[in-house]
Amino acid sequence: MAAAARGRGGVWRRAWQRAVACNTRGGAVPAAKSGLAPWIPVVGLEIHAQISSNSKLFSGSQVQFAAPPNSLVSFFDASLPGTLPAGYQITQQRVPIAVNGSLSYSLCIDNKMSQMVTKTVRIKQIQLEQDSGKSLHDDTRSQTLVDLNRAGVGLMEVVMEPDLCCGEEAAAAVRELQLILQTLGSSQAVMAEGQLRVDANVSVHQPGELYGVRTEVKNINSLRFLAKAVDYEIQRQIEELENGGTILNETRAFDSKLGCTLPMRDKEGKQDYRFMPEPNLPPLILYDAKSLPANMNHQQVVNIDWIHERLPDLPSVKRAKLVEWYGILPEHSFTLLRSGSRVRAVAPARLLVSRNVNVPTAGDTLSSLYVMKALDVLCLENEDGLTEFFENVVKQTQMKPKRVIGWILNDLLSYLKQHSLTVKESPVSSFLLADLLNLLEKKEISSTAAKQVLAELWKGEGKTPLEIVKEKKLVLIQDQKELEQICQAVIDGRENEVIAIKAGNRKVLNKLIGLVQRETQGRSNPVLVKQLLEKKLLE
Amino acid sequence: QVSAALREGRVTPTELCQRCLSLLKSTKFLNAYITVAEETALKQAEESEERYRRGQPLGVLDGIPVAVKDNFNTAGIETTCASNMLKGYISPYNATVVQKLLDQGAVLLGKTNLDEFAMGSGSTDGVFGPVRNPWSYSRQYKEKSVPESHSEDEESNWVITGGSSGGSAAAVSSFTCFAALGSDTGGSTRNPAAHCGVVGLKPTYGLISRHGLIPLVNSMDVPGILTRCVDDAAVVLGSLAGHDPKDSTTIQDNFEPFELPSLTNVSKLSIGIPKEYHAPGLSSEILSLWSKAAELFKNAGARVIEVSLPHTCYSIVCYHVLCTAEVASNMARFDGLEYGHRSDMNKSTESMYAATRREGFNDVVRGRILSGNYFLLKQNYENYFIKAQKVRRLIANDFVKVFESGVDILLTPTTLTDAVPYVEFIKEDNRTRSAQDDILTQAANMAGLPAINVPAALSERGLPLGLQFIGRSFQERQLLSVAKWFEKQVKFPMIQLEEVKRHDHDVFQHQKSSFS
Repeated sequence: MAAAARGRGGVWRRAWQRAVACNTRGGAVPAAKSGLAPWIPVVGLEIHAQISSNSKLFSGSQVQFAAPPNSLVSFFDASLPGTLPAGYQITQQRVPIAVNGSLSYSLCIDNKMSQMVTKTVRIKQIQLEQDSGKSLHDDTRSQTLVDLNRAGVGLMEVVMEPDLCCGEEAAAAVRELQLILQTLGSSQAVMAEGQLRVDANVSVHQPGELYGVRTEVKNINSLRFLAKAVDYEIQRQIEELENGGTILNETRAFDSKLGCTLPMRDKEGKQDYRFMPEPNLPPLILYDAKSLPANMNHQQVVNIDWIHERLPDLPSVKRAKLVEWYGILPEHSFTLLRSGSRVRAVAPARLLVSRNVNVPTAGDTLSSLYVMKALDVLCLENEDGLTEFFENVVKQTQMKPKRVIGWILNDLLSYLKQHSLTVKESPVSSFLLADLLNLLEKKEISSTAAKQVLAELWKGEGKTPLEIVKEKKLVLIQDQKELEQICQAVIDGRENEVIAIKAGNRKVLNKLIGLVQRETQGRSNPVLVKQLLEKKLLE
Repeated sequence: QVSAALREGRVTPTELCQRCLSLLKSTKFLNAYITVAEETALKQAEESEERYRRGQPLGVLDGIPVAVKDNFNTAGIETTCASNMLKGYISPYNATVVQKLLDQGAVLLGKTNLDEFAMGSGSTDGVFGPVRNPWSYSRQYKEKSVPESHSEDEESNWVITGGSSGGSAAAVSSFTCFAALGSDTGGSTRNPAAHCGVVGLKPTYGLISRHGLIPLVNSMDVPGILTRCVDDAAVVLGSLAGHDPKDSTTIQDNFEPFELPSLTNVSKLSIGIPKEYHAPGLSSEILSLWSKAAELFKNAGARVIEVSLPHTCYSIVCYHVLCTAEVASNMARFDGLEYGHRSDMNKSTESMYAATRREGFNDVVRGRILSGNYFLLKQNYENYFIKAQKVRRLIANDFVKVFESGVDILLTPTTLTDAVPYVEFIKEDNRTRSAQDDILTQAANMAGLPAINVPAALSERGLPLGLQFIGRSFQERQLLSVAKWFEKQVKFPMIQLEEVKRHDHDVFQHQKSSFS
């Protein structure tokens, strides 16, 4: 790391400027206690995302979370003698599927959704590799149990350049990557299920100096813990150095209960993996429209341009479109696209098929399974969540999108969160919600009544909003005379209030409007009630 | 001819199988087989007989007794690789080549002996003991070797088969089967074929599936074919070749099985004699045999020219580096967890791994794993592994250039000498022996080219000598046609074995006892 920085003069300077930017935002970077120049933290991430696929990378075994141990193991996965290529882990060491990419992500300043900055982290490479099996150690009986369900599952390793400087940035970048992977469907990317695993490389140094010795923090299984682990490690290193200590190049594990990182015993010492090329796998060749040879079976080749054309909008583009088309606030577009980890989506990122893809040298054949796996990484069908729901409601109602968004983000989302449901599992369909909002828009019911109807709809009894409105007698009182009578009755009993209003205290008017609403059980249009009251009291 | 006899009902598959089994028993001292699958073989023979009875045999191979080297997986029959590591291991699946043989009605007699994990050139380094060359017991050898060794007992006189497919070569040579599968990584099929006086074909890399062949060197291994004549080799090749989805390195093009033409005119052929194959240690009788063979082609009107493959001398060293590197990686799977031997050592998982591998592998295998891991270390990678790969490319290019210059086939010796007595052979270690014995054969593996050993003559000691033909990639038809022509000219004598005579029958008496 140090040698690399020396060779490329600009590297540390860029990092330093970023660090300063971090500092001015306040909080993220701990300032040195001793009054020395502030320490500059450098954070790089290595992310392993499980490729969303029905089968493993080179075998037909299924991929499934929490299946009984060793129930998803083929002859190949157990590397029985004579199965090719098995018995070792395979990775794209020399020619990754993509190189020199970048990822833009947004970060809110001072925890205010309304103040967002966009940052970029360079992506060094993305490579395919096989997952390993799992060892479970039983210390009391000194036994080791091995589960090979995971062995051979396809992973993509996303290697980021050390462009980040704090836990918050790390978490935001991974969040955006997670969204992209989910949008593309190349990974379900659920951290809790191990489909997205993040290792953080952390070091600190003084301005003008070379990068410090780095540690690798593993065992991070949520975004919150990622931010915590990185910040803890930065702080730990600074304290260590300021107390005259040194940082060891070591692997540390994040202990989420203690909230700190601890050295990992079994990872001591440098590993030499002794890589060698795998002769059983012919090169995987990525073509574009220009390089694609004629007469190729399209099922058997990967054509980057073909995939490019079929890419869905990535989250950043989608957010911009939402803001432009519907006039909603940018922060609302973020909420729409990141409504919870259970919202799943899917297809290939520009990120994954960057034009800088290294094309391996000539090779002829390729097992179809291998090609299919490459396609799995690069594209899958689209399945959207909250955004799609929002757009469907907008399509079916006359209400302005700006108003619809409130119903989606406040009412729908909080209900779903309370009951931990996905958008797909919502008992109220976009059609029913649109129906309800139309009643509101046409002033047939009040918004108070609308909330009551929604509460009924959640029960999922198959009634339409109109049926509920009728059943509960929530239709606005259209008869002006009836409403006038009710208003009169309210005024009659409240002389004190009338005097106050007449004296110019308009606030009291709102109280009377509320009383009329109560009297009518929400079946009155507050605007109309206000007009009637004003007419009676002020004219 | 056996196939015709089967079709005509002169012999039934069961009779044939029983005769082979009884011959196999009386030649048990050869130690050619590790496992004899008597029961399943007889059952397969019965099924074959039923097909013949209905007049619906599956093809030329139906009812033909075959043997398979014990590093090919066979469902239901032990697959040991002649190693403690896999003693008792029964694979749940058949290797693709085994399945193809069975699908065509062949009768699988058993699994043949080899060097542990096919690492060796003598068939002397397996846990089941060395294989003895049937020619040690032939009238031809006994007559010639008696004068110089009449004082010694016969026991010290027997010669090795070569290896590592020595069991398969001995099985074919002693008439206990009609064809056998070997494997060829650096010469493991051609070398024992030469020493045992049988045809040994190493097909082009990628023509035959390796799925189910327990790998030695993935980039060089090919299933090999051992038969008594070139025609038989062509038939077996035809039944095995073709794409296999389970081996991505097999070519997708359809393979059309062929019948070999009987060449009468070789005048349009261009035969190359690579001068680098005049290697140190080449015996004078093989040298003169080589020259005579060249003369034979010249006299028949072929163009015979000396050619150069300048990087040949570096080949064996590079082969050693690449071979051990792959061995180090390929052997990683044997950890005692999923299958095979597991040590009782239970202090920790790591100590269990270590003890399992120490107990399971012999010195040769452990030595190759160690050197392979050394070559793959970061600090050595550039100097050994990468360099060896670069030189490998140069070696392959040598062949490309020679073939581009118009040469059709290369003619070389297969071995430096005839087979040596076991007591002599074990005076040198496995590594030294492999370096000597693979010297003329491994370059074809480095380049992926098809090559065949054709028995050519007997040595002064009455032992077989063979010559090697190397062809262009995927030009097996041309290679085998030339080999067949040569075979016809040299009239290699049949082995005269007491045991075979006792099983006197027209099937065995036939000059070549071929099945095609």
